[in-house]
Amino acid sequence: MRYLVYAVAGFRRYATYRQATLAAVFTNCVFGFLRSALLLAVAGASAGAVAGYDEQQLATFVWVGQGLIGVVSLWSPPELADRIRSGDVVADLLRPIDLVWQLLAMDLGRATFALMTRLVGPIVVGALAFDLFAPRRFSTYPLFACSLLLATVICFGCRYLVNAAAYWLLDARGPQIAWTLCNGVLGGLYFPLWFLPSGAALLIVVATPFPSIIQLPLDILVERGSPEQQVVLLSVQAVWAIVMLAVCREVQRRGERRLVLQGG
Amino acid sequence: MTVIEARALRKEFVVRVKAGVLRRESRVIAAVDGIDLTVSRGDMLGYIGPNGAGKSTTLKMLTGVLYPSSGVVRVCGFEPVPQRQALARRIGVVFGHRSQLWWDLPLRDSFALLRHIYAVPAADHAARLSRCRKLLDLDPFLDTPVRQLSLGQRMRGELTAALLHGPEVLFLDEPTIGLDLVSKQAVRSFLAGIGDAGDTTLVLTTHDLADIERLCRRLVVIDRGRIVHDGSLDELHARYGSRRRVVVDLDAPLVTPLALPDVSVESIEADGRRITYALEGGRTTAGELVRRLAELASIRDISVLEPAIEDVVARLYADRDRHGAGA
Ligand SMILES: Nc1ncnc2c1ncn2[C@@H]1O[C@H](COP(=O)(O)OP(=O)(O)OP(=O)(O)O)[C@@H](O)[C@H]1O
Ligand SMILES: [Mg+2]
Repeated sequence: MRYLVYAVAGFRRYATYRQATLAAVFTNCVFGFLRSALLLAVAGASAGAVAGYDEQQLATFVWVGQGLIGVVSLWSPPELADRIRSGDVVADLLRPIDLVWQLLAMDLGRATFALMTRLVGPIVVGALAFDLFAPRRFSTYPLFACSLLLATVICFGCRYLVNAAAYWLLDARGPQIAWTLCNGVLGGLYFPLWFLPSGAALLIVVATPFPSIIQLPLDILVERGSPEQQVVLLSVQAVWAIVMLAVCREVQRRGERRLVLQGG
Repeated sequence: MTVIEARALRKEFVVRVKAGVLRRESRVIAAVDGIDLTVSRGDMLGYIGPNGAGKSTTLKMLTGVLYPSSGVVRVCGFEPVPQRQALARRIGVVFGHRSQLWWDLPLRDSFALLRHIYAVPAADHAARLSRCRKLLDLDPFLDTPVRQLSLGQRMRGELTAALLHGPEVLFLDEPTIGLDLVSKQAVRSFLAGIGDAGDTTLVLTTHDLADIERLCRRLVVIDRGRIVHDGSLDELHARYGSRRRVVVDLDAPLVTPLALPDVSVESIEADGRRITYALEGGRTTAGELVRRLAELASIRDISVLEPAIEDVVARLYADRDRHGAGA
């Protein structure tokens, strides 16, 4: 109940930034055109399919992926790190709440708003300009919905950890850069991971949280593999979500002991 | 009943200082250097000391946002940092130079959010809020976003926010900083009202000694992380030899100076027609001074000045400067 208040606050906060939302959707679409041109050229050169994706699936991978960036909020500014550094985090710590749950609730509120704007925008534009893949099995829809939720939680966890580095390091720019690089290369954003040798791709999927944010939800949506395989991908995400939240809470607990509150 | 207990409480900060072109040296400074403090329910405690004495650092440790380097702390029976959430329900905190309200929200919305966060029953919330609205005169700016409030308005909002969940202990770090006289008065009389009710414990840090005189029955003076005085205001005056002053205006300058035990001349003005005597110790009373003086000269006017807390504290701080950094 207490955390619902924060979720509503997160939703409302982003709902007031209309122009920023519009600008973000526009940018996502511009890059959608670039990325789909590139990937479809690759597919065209190899007889219409590459790494098990046909052209419809690839176009969907790109356009829904561009919307997913906004839902999971891949590139949000390091707000928490700034608050830790300035000492403003004290306002949160003086409340009877767990900071990780509070931030997660706010992030889910934000994601709900993004679902209605940032995800829908690129899908509509992509569907107008390209031939997108529509799931053949009804079960894909609920699976994708769960997958989206888990992806948002995992991405939140990654961002939280990058920010929480500020408890120890005064400067969290290093982790921030590493995170941006990892989610782009290992997450499936720059290219579908299955373009890599399958052993390497599998290792990355299981051993790192990054593919669970972009790659796996999209694989579930474009029905790569059987329904059983979709469930396996979802389970990988679920495990990562639990692991990330557990790590986040432990990091927060230790961070609170480390915190050197700056400012008189 | 004890609500705050600190034993040998200590906080060290590691600061890195430049020691050459590339080399950096780590130095450890003890911001709080072994504090023992017991505060009972209903106490109104003034926690004062010069800049950098360690007041804010102590308050951060007591409120659970800063982990002590060593020592023991209990507030309302909780260990502040590990039991931060449970403690947060029982205490209210205002850091004067740092806002805890939501920047973009009007006070009214902030208060509504706080009700949910602390899970305060609606009736209690409404009663406390209407009391604050009346006493702190919040109504004119209740619907203004916090970022548009003046400092004094915001501070009244902060105080209300700190009180809405009915805390047992109120920690205030310079709540009157930067306020004009009217706002200061409003905040002081509001806090005095809380103190009179008797069940809320107050720990107040300030550089405005009028706050202390008005509000605090007990005074803890801290310097360089250590407590140098703990007692009532009167005890402080007694210990640091606060002096009452007698100012007399005479028709003509004195011919022979007055010599009485425990009386010294502090200043002579207006060509010797205005003399300020300081009374220290108890061997001569103000009445006796005046009587003896009347034998020597004709007195036009007399006033007696009670010791000002500023003077005591100024002497206390000056004392430390004289003893230097090694003390
Ligand atoms: N985050 C920090 N890192 C290093 N040193 C610090 C830090 N915070 C405080 N200090 C040092 O600890 C000492 C006590 O600081 P503190 O803020 O508690 O003083 P204060 O009594 O509140 O002073 P003021 O009246 O100026 O508010 C100071 O010497 C300060 O320089
Ligand atoms: Mg301070």
